Amino acid sequence: MNLVVNGKETNITDGLTVSQLLVQENVKMPDMVSVELNGQILKRTKFEETTLKDDDKVEFIYFMGGGSVVN
Amino acid sequence: MLKLEIPAYVFEQMLEQAKAQAPIEVCGILAGNGSKVEKLYKMTNADNSSNRFMMEPKEQFAVVKDIRSAGLEMLAIYHSHPETPARPSAEDIRLALTANVIYLIVSLQDANAPAVKGFLLEDGNVAKVSVKISDSETSCDS
Repeated sequence: MNLVVNGKETNITDGLTVSQLLVQENVKMPDMVSVELNGQILKRTKFEETTLKDDDKVEFIYFMGGGSVVN
Repeated sequence: MLKLEIPAYVFEQMLEQAKAQAPIEVCGILAGNGSKVEKLYKMTNADNSSNRFMMEPKEQFAVVKDIRSAGLEMLAIYHSHPETPARPSAEDIRLALTANVIYLIVSLQDANAPAVKGFLLEDGNVAKVSVKISDSETSCDS
């Protein structure tokens, strides 16, 4: 099955979920990424139950944050 | 030491954004090729805070796609420290999750001499990056 992941054509196993794709893409902290599926941001609660389909376009990106706060 | 070259006009845009929104922290993304910055993207600080920032995912996705379609790379993520030095806080280090980018901090602690410094932040380690402002006498080597 072919997907476009972060702009690159990628071949994956049929039936992979979004969570499984993140593992395959070596995302170390999946709780800290946002995922967009076919142009729509996917709720984190849907990562495990969303099965990817041929020609899906997936984007994932880490949170970008920080600040001068003193813990 | 890695380096980042920022055109003076981009540097000025970053400073102006930081000054205009102080004491709120500002944030953004710099894109370019190699070590040369070509484009600045001002981002919304979703936290609207004086000591924290978090980018909006929707804006992040839009910028990432724009960078890609322009044939550029994400080179740096910047944010301001309105009242503290240009060095990464524990929070900066903890949330430095994006690999292969330079983290820039604009400090307005000294209002008369804003400081900009660059760092590589990976796995809790901090390494300085040389930041050069091109087409300008200003030097912010760190």
